[in-house]
Amino acid sequence: MPPQAQLLPGTLDLLILKAVSLGPLHGYGVLLRIGQISAGALLIEQGALYPALFRLVRKGLLKASWGTSDNNRRAKFYALTPAGRKSLREETQGWNRLAAAMGSALDAQLEEI
Amino acid sequence: MKLLAYFRSIAARFFHRAETESDLDEELHSHIQIRADDLERSGLGRAEAERRARLEFGGCERFKEEVRESLGGNFIETFLRDVRFSLRLLRKSPGFTTVAVLTLAVAIGANAVVFGVLDVMILRPLNVPQAESLYGIEHGNEANMYESYPDYLDLRDRNHSFDGLAGFTISPAGLDTGENPSQAWVYETSGNYFDVLRIQPYLGRFFHGSDEHGPNSAPYIVLTYAYWQAHFENDRGVVGRTVRLNKHPFTIAGVAPPDFRGTLVFGMPDFFVPLVDQELIDGASTLDARATHSVFMALGHLKPGVTPQQAAGDLNSIGAYLEKTYPTSHGSTTFVLARPGLYGNRLGGPMRAFIGGVMLLAGLILLAACANLGSLFAARAADRSREVALRLALGASRNRILRQLLTEAMLISLGGGALGLWGSLVLLRALSVWRPISRFPLIVPVTPDAKVYAVALALALVSGLLFGMVPVRQVLRADPYQIVKAGSGGPSSGHAGRRITVRDILLVVQVAICGVLVTSSFVAVRGLARSLDSNFGFEPRNAMLVETELSMAGYRGDQVPAMQKRMIDSVAAIPGVESVGLIGRPPLYGGGFGAAVYTDQTTDLRPSNAAATAIRFNISPEYLSTAGTILLAGRGFSWHDDKNSPRVAIINREFARKIFGSTAGAIGGRFKLRDGTRIQVVGVAEDGKYMSLTEDPELALFLPVLQAPMSETCLVVRWNAVRWNAVRWNAERYNRDPQQLAAANRTTLRNLDSGLPLFLETWNQQLGLALFPSRIATVSLGVLGGMGAILAITGIFGMAAYSVSKRLKELGIRVAIGAHPREVLTAALGRAFKLLAFGSAAGLILGILATRVLASIVYQANPRDPLVLAGVVLSMLLLGLLATWIPARRALSVDPLTLLREE
Repeated sequence: MPPQAQLLPGTLDLLILKAVSLGPLHGYGVLLRIGQISAGALLIEQGALYPALFRLVRKGLLKASWGTSDNNRRAKFYALTPAGRKSLREETQGWNRLAAAMGSALDAQLEEI
Repeated sequence: MKLLAYFRSIAARFFHRAETESDLDEELHSHIQIRADDLERSGLGRAEAERRARLEFGGCERFKEEVRESLGGNFIETFLRDVRFSLRLLRKSPGFTTVAVLTLAVAIGANAVVFGVLDVMILRPLNVPQAESLYGIEHGNEANMYESYPDYLDLRDRNHSFDGLAGFTISPAGLDTGENPSQAWVYETSGNYFDVLRIQPYLGRFFHGSDEHGPNSAPYIVLTYAYWQAHFENDRGVVGRTVRLNKHPFTIAGVAPPDFRGTLVFGMPDFFVPLVDQELIDGASTLDARATHSVFMALGHLKPGVTPQQAAGDLNSIGAYLEKTYPTSHGSTTFVLARPGLYGNRLGGPMRAFIGGVMLLAGLILLAACANLGSLFAARAADRSREVALRLALGASRNRILRQLLTEAMLISLGGGALGLWGSLVLLRALSVWRPISRFPLIVPVTPDAKVYAVALALALVSGLLFGMVPVRQVLRADPYQIVKAGSGGPSSGHAGRRITVRDILLVVQVAICGVLVTSSFVAVRGLARSLDSNFGFEPRNAMLVETELSMAGYRGDQVPAMQKRMIDSVAAIPGVESVGLIGRPPLYGGGFGAAVYTDQTTDLRPSNAAATAIRFNISPEYLSTAGTILLAGRGFSWHDDKNSPRVAIINREFARKIFGSTAGAIGGRFKLRDGTRIQVVGVAEDGKYMSLTEDPELALFLPVLQAPMSETCLVVRWNAVRWNAVRWNAERYNRDPQQLAAANRTTLRNLDSGLPLFLETWNQQLGLALFPSRIATVSLGVLGGMGAILAITGIFGMAAYSVSKRLKELGIRVAIGAHPREVLTAALGRAFKLLAFGSAAGLILGILATRVLASIVYQANPRDPLVLAGVVLSMLLLGLLATWIPARRALSVDPLTLLREE
């Protein structure tokens, strides 16, 4: 049961890739970054992030390593792999195409048909 | 690539499980800490910040679970964890586990046994190459397969459909290997038998069609592997050795392969002899007789591309030719094809119906067991609703809980299946070495194979799913908040008393199934009791049968009756013997001789003109009085009714009624046999059972042995129980008396001729064959009925006990405000009783419908018998009482104070 119905299935992965592409982040950092870049419009349930992170690591799109956070806590940092970078590019294009198509379809007026 | 990664990840999960787990723990922990740091910065105290962070994060376990799932390899791991958890739970309630596993073991075991028999008797083809194209020729107008030898030759040579047609018949023979002559069962086969069946010898060679050059030309025998092992100690040198078969020298040509047991499923011969040697073995040849059925069955492989229908058409044109060419011996002659293993539809029909019926009942047993376990599981799930609610609240997904419940069900069903299979294997092994009738080579050759294991496994899995699914809805509907709040009783179980629940339906189904089983076993038992009580037309008690075949000892022609007279006289002289009579082949022997009977006015003696067919018995003058067959009118035979006096006969009442109109009118009347002999009726005897216990009244015809000699000989020796016992009076001796008498008989007859093959048993023992089908039916149905009853008891008990324990509080309050015991009982068990009555009624009606099929096997099986109905109703009532006794006691002994204090 996704708590935020407006988050379309599959979009969480894309958001994570985007967030991590701007620099390695730990899990909580990913959440903050997503909130930041979406200007707070997209909120993600905290725990729900981890299954997605583990999934992306398993797919080889992210790599994880333990490090130290700003406030000196041990944390696991995630970074994009080359495959992740490629995937992000393709997914972003795909998303833009879809969004454009959806937008024009929903904006269509009667006389244009 | 992806697949590889997946497997690597599974492997990694397996080997680094602990590592990954702690990794995950640490990561989540650090997440919460970092969030708490943030919150602390916004001005909260550390403790409050951490609490808020945890709350925001949500159920850790749930996300961990999701992570584990996203990591793959999870299925196996979850499964193993479920198995461990389920095992722990099951160990905690050993009573429940034992009952559940045993219930299933019994039900699955019963199914495996019945399936093992079904497989061997019906599903599995004969053990010959290309068995699927092997067919026997059955008569179109009756379920029988015999042919005369000349007809067989015509069928063999004129058909265009078979790739060779073989024939065989079964006969007893005395085999003398130089030591003690022993009686054996022989397939007399056509020369091409092994070639038609496409079998290769294990040792030596087989005989072939080319070995036959007219009567008695091929004195070869082929041993079965089992007989070779048992009687020749695996001696490979037997090939070429000469043995004496009924005193005639035969050469052992070879040994058949181990897996070839002849062409009948249930009877295994000891060896094979060419049919052309019939005269050497049986003492007389019927190979030229068009009207004598010397071939038991003709069979062969259909040519490729020929359908059974086409073949039947082909054979029917031969039938039409036979009808036209031999009008005196052939009536309407049509053929159909049938499977040879169970002798076509003759035995195959009733056996398929019976075994199929028993399989169905066994399936019902399993269904009842599933219903039983289903309600047990539902009750268990309801009792565990608190635990389930807690787990749901802590973040377990419903899927996960269901998976665990199903794992538990599967563990029980697999345990039950394994135990049941083990039991059934033991039983099937015992069955396969069982010789139900010492006289005949009757076997149930069950060799459990992979199919039986597969069926047991499949049944275990299916039943596990069936009863495991019962509580699913309950779990899916469960609202953790409500359940935790309301206590284990829960709001849902509060309503259960008012509506029809799954458990109620399960109980009714189960009781109905049990009703069917109890009804059918009652019908069978009653039928057997009746058939044991019925009038056979002779008195089998205190009588012994001494069987021999004089042709085996070399007697021919006139020597036969002379020897028979000497045998009667010498046995009659044994002290304790009251009287001795002689009959060729006794009634209910498992086969007899039919004789076409014509009215005296008939001149054209073709089969279609026959007035009736009677069963013929060749008897000595003393037979009727010795056997206890009552002579209703006229006189018996005397030793003066010989070849020089007019032909006479004694007929039974049915014969008199049908041909002469009345018993009185029959005396002095005349009739004709097929060969034109005119016979005068001198006496009328009572009716009896001749071929089977289930037969309708048959016509019987008794002829004096001196006028109709027969080398097959059976002495009926009646001993005087009182006098024989008076000599040495004590209980132990009493039981051994028949054995002493048998020994005395044997000595006396061996003194007459040491080469006589003898077979002695009491008449009651011999009747075992006639009673065999109904005994088997009764035993198997009785066992199934018993199982059904036990399942019903446990089912009702479970339901009643559960409903009492659920409503204990309510009952306590009722008692506290002054309810009568009767009202308490009605409240506690009224529902159980209503369900029981409803289920029993349904079961009774279904059972009556189902037992129709029994009528063909069990003599006088009549489901509408008032005694049966009363018995069923009574036993269902008893079952109900038995099962609700303990719960009722518990309901009555409710102490409101204790109960209320407990809350």
